[in-house]
Amino acid sequence: MEKAIEVKGLRKSFKDVEVLKGVDFEVTRGEIFALLGSNGAGKSTIVKILCTLLKPDGGTAVVNGNDVASRPGHVRQSISLTGQFAAVDEILTGRENLIMIAKLRHLKNPHQVADDMLKRFGLTEAAHRKPSTYSGGMRRKLDIALSLVGNPQIIFLDEPTTGLDPEARIEVWKIVKALADNGTTILMTTQYLEEAEQLADRIAILHEGRIIANGTLAELKTLLPQAKVEYVEKQPTLEEIFLAIVGNKEAI
Amino acid sequence: METAKNRSFSDMGVMLGRSIRHVFRSMDTIITVCITPIAMMLLFVYVFGGAIDTGTDNYVNYLLPGILLIAIASGISYTAYRLFLDKQRGIIERFHTMPIARSAVLWGHVLTSLVSNALSVFIIILVALLMGFRSSAGILSWLAVAGILMLFTLALTWIAAIAGLSAKSVEGASAFSYPLIFLPFISSAFVPTESMPLVVRVFAENQPVTPIVSAIRALLASQPVSNNIWIALAWCLGILIVAYIFAIRAYKRTSSA
Repeated sequence: MEKAIEVKGLRKSFKDVEVLKGVDFEVTRGEIFALLGSNGAGKSTIVKILCTLLKPDGGTAVVNGNDVASRPGHVRQSISLTGQFAAVDEILTGRENLIMIAKLRHLKNPHQVADDMLKRFGLTEAAHRKPSTYSGGMRRKLDIALSLVGNPQIIFLDEPTTGLDPEARIEVWKIVKALADNGTTILMTTQYLEEAEQLADRIAILHEGRIIANGTLAELKTLLPQAKVEYVEKQPTLEEIFLAIVGNKEAI
Repeated sequence: METAKNRSFSDMGVMLGRSIRHVFRSMDTIITVCITPIAMMLLFVYVFGGAIDTGTDNYVNYLLPGILLIAIASGISYTAYRLFLDKQRGIIERFHTMPIARSAVLWGHVLTSLVSNALSVFIIILVALLMGFRSSAGILSWLAVAGILMLFTLALTWIAAIAGLSAKSVEGASAFSYPLIFLPFISSAFVPTESMPLVVRVFAENQPVTPIVSAIRALLASQPVSNNIWIALAWCLGILIVAYIFAIRAYKRTSSA
C-alpha cells in the first residue's frame, strides 16, 4: 500500500452551505502533507471526515486501505487526531491522561507507556499536575503525546500551532519532524504559510471547497513567474528578534 | 466477538474510572448536592413541621423520601454539566476517533451518576437519622427502596444526558433540572394532597413523584405498598426508555455534526 490516504471527489454540505465541492488528493506513506487554507476553507471538515467523525455526502475517502464510510472501525485502528483545541482531561493529571488513553488502546503496560511519553516530551516534572496549570505549549505537547500513545500509523494535526507562542511553535515543529523521520504519515492543516513551508513534503491549497494547487514547495513555486533578482537589505523579522532576546537556547 | 465484548466492558471501566475521579476530586459537587435538601429538611421539620398535619407523628419519616428525590434531581445536573464540557472541549471527539465502543463514553457518565447520587442519598439519610428518622424496614424493603431510587436516578440521568449533549451553554446544560427539583413540591412529598385545591390535587396525585414517594414511605414504614410501587416503577421505566432514546439520538448527533 503506497498511499496512506486517498480522497476522491469528496463533498460535504452543512444545511445549504456547500463546504467541500469535490476534493481530490492523495497522501503517500511517511510524508508530511499540509492542507493550507484560510479560515472556513473546509480544512477541519476534511480532517473530521478522514477521522470518521463526519460522514461525507459524496465521493470516497480511504485511510490506510479502509473506506471511512464503510469501515470506520478499521480506520480508527490506524489513526489519531489532535484537534484544534487541546482535548485533554482537565481534572486528571498529565500522567493519568496518558494512562487512560493507553488503557483505552489496550496496551500491555499503560503506566510504563505514560512515563516514557512524559520523558519523551519533557513533561516528567509536570506529570502529577493538572493540565489547567500547564502553559499553552505544554498543553499542546500533552495533547500530541496523547495522540501518539500506541504509535498510530497516521496522525492528523488540525492547526497544531494555532494560539501558541513562537517558542512552543518551534517545539511542535520539531516533534512533527521527528515523527515523520520515524515513518509516521502526517496530515496537518494550517493557515500559516511559513509552517507549511517549514514542515511539509507536499502542500495542497484548499480554496472555496476545492484543492486549487497541490505539489512540493518547489513545484508550487514554478506556478509563479520566474523570480527576479533584487537586492534588498535583510531586516530581522519580529519573531527573530523575539527569539534572540528571550534566548531560545533551551528550546532549540 | 467475545473479545470485542470484553473490550467494550473494559473501555467502559476506564471511562467510569475517569468520571468517578472527576466526582471525588470535586467533592464540593457532592456537598452542593446535599446541602440544599438537608437545609430543606431542617426547614420543614423544625420550622413548618409543627403546622403540617400529615397524620403521622414522625414528620422526618414522612418527609425523607421527597427530600431524597430532590437531591437526586439536583445531583443529575452535574452529569449534564460534565457531558457538556466533554463535548465542548473536544474530548468526546478524541474518544470517537479511537477504536473503542462509542457507547462507553456515555455509559461511563451514567454509571458515575449512579455512584455519586448514591453517595449523596447516603449522606442525607445519615443526617435524617440524626434528626430522628427511624425505620422498621427489613433488608428486603431497603433493597427495594435502593432499587426504586436507582431506577429514578437512571431515568433522570438520561434526561440529563439529553440536556448535556444538546445544550449550547453551560447554563443551559444545568437549567433543565429546576423543574425536576420543583416537582416534589407539588406532590405528596411534603404535605398530603387532600388539602390541595382540586386542579393542583389532580396534578399532584397523577405525577410521578407522588407514587414514588408513597411507595418508598410505605416500604420504610413496613406497611403494604399497594399498587403505588407498580405505578412508581412504570413511571421510572417509561421516563427511562423515552429519555434513553432521545439521549442516544442526541449523542449520535454530536459525533456526526
